[in-house]
Amino acid sequence: MNPTLEQVSEDFLRLIGPIPAPAATAATPPPPPVQVVDFATRGVNLDITVAPGQVVAAAELLDRHGFSIDTVTGVDWLAQGQMEVVYDYLHFTANLRVAVRARLPRDNPEISTISGVFPGANWHERETHDFFGIRFAGHPNLTPFLLPEDATFHPLRKDYQP
Amino acid sequence: MIAPKEITYAGGGALSAPPEESFVLNLGPQHPAAHGVLRILMRMDGEWITRAEPVIGYIHRMHEKMGENRTYAKFLPNTSRIDYLAAMHYTHAFVGAVERGARIEVPLRAEYIRVITSELQRIASHLVGWGAWIMDLGGLTPILYAFDDRERILDLMEHICGARLTYCYYRFGGLCNDVDDYFLQGSRDFVPYMRKRLKMYRALVTDNIILRKRLEGIGIMDAEMCRRYGVTGPVLRGAGVGYDVRRAEPYSIYPRFEFEIPHYPAGDSMARYLVRMDEMEQSLRIIEQALDQIPAGPIMGKVPRVLKLPAGDFCYAVEAGRGRFMVRIVSDGKDTAYRLKLRTPCFANLSPFEEASKGMILPDALAMLGSLDLVIPDIDR
Repeated sequence: MNPTLEQVSEDFLRLIGPIPAPAATAATPPPPPVQVVDFATRGVNLDITVAPGQVVAAAELLDRHGFSIDTVTGVDWLAQGQMEVVYDYLHFTANLRVAVRARLPRDNPEISTISGVFPGANWHERETHDFFGIRFAGHPNLTPFLLPEDATFHPLRKDYQP
Repeated sequence: MIAPKEITYAGGGALSAPPEESFVLNLGPQHPAAHGVLRILMRMDGEWITRAEPVIGYIHRMHEKMGENRTYAKFLPNTSRIDYLAAMHYTHAFVGAVERGARIEVPLRAEYIRVITSELQRIASHLVGWGAWIMDLGGLTPILYAFDDRERILDLMEHICGARLTYCYYRFGGLCNDVDDYFLQGSRDFVPYMRKRLKMYRALVTDNIILRKRLEGIGIMDAEMCRRYGVTGPVLRGAGVGYDVRRAEPYSIYPRFEFEIPHYPAGDSMARYLVRMDEMEQSLRIIEQALDQIPAGPIMGKVPRVLKLPAGDFCYAVEAGRGRFMVRIVSDGKDTAYRLKLRTPCFANLSPFEEASKGMILPDALAMLGSLDLVIPDIDR
């Protein structure tokens, strides 16, 4: 049984729960956490923002729907003082692409590993740790992967000086 | 004459180590079966693998950082250096992502030429994978045939863009050169030639009893394992899942062509072998249709002089020779990417190796490693 876009987005709305009202001081309201987007212009069907504590539940939700892990990566938002972790999922038969995002404080970027749900995330998380210094709590082997074995630097951080 | 030296053994017991003793075998990073600088640390129990851990990163070049510190056009040649055996597919994904973000229209003739060159590239890529893999298994002849066929494709590619391996033929909005009659006729002649060769390969290699004994039932990776690890490409289709980016996320003008997605349910090395052989036939079918339909017209769309992408997040995936290759561009509105992510197929396809190789004997594990058709720069980027 292939999941539909509506089923997946409804499940995510239930997972994320009530959305707190945006602060009155915020210049622009934050985007809605579950967005159905145009595939032809964006390359994904569903763009989801979750709290950092919900990424494992999000992975379990997509695992139940039969999704596969595509990749895990980070984005360093230096100006906002945040690190974003992006999880890409795809479905082999329903032809759906889902991106799940979570924002972490830049000075202490730590998030739970999803390698217990998708073992394929193990390598992607190690790579993200290499490049951004994002720590994946509970990861079985968070050691330098693509970088040299004694690397202590994170080259894709925007303030990285070689 | 030197007299034989008399050796006395202190114990006089069995010379072999007790069976419960294990040792670590270091395969690579310089090893012919690894097809590049891949290292695998194997804990062995005699001839059996108890744990095999791939160690990668020996030729890591940080393409993603390079994508952040130069303009889109300057990064374009990098993309063909990721998987040098399927360079066309990789440039296709990158120009596709930029075109998606900047909303550039590509003329129809350029799309046809992209499909023809992409499918020729797929055949060339599968031929190398096939020949090198059979060589791993001890058959030294097929790779010579494969390189002979591939040479014809490389000659055609060289004719249209000057490069034989690391092409920079696709540009944002189209192509750098139009194709001429030499290329079109050469591609047309190649189709019946290759069909004849594939028939011969079936008799020479595919039906060979030694090959079948080496591959059938060896290195099972089922559909569930592929799903948990994000495995794509011929490896996934060899597990019975008919997933192909050309169908699942139609790009370029692939919906215009009739072709099948070959898939075999067995999930063993032989299934992956058969998928690749069938895919070459399907590629020939696509090339034939594209050559029949190719229209005249411009090969370059309207592209702004200074190429800037609007702020946002754009993904574009293609079916590369070894699976799903995706480019994600995160733009902040400038002429360089804020973040460029390259999702390469070999990285994901190698990741289940540790789980899949458990309990296999070493020669079988190497046969399975060959069946993944790895290109190491694609893993390390």
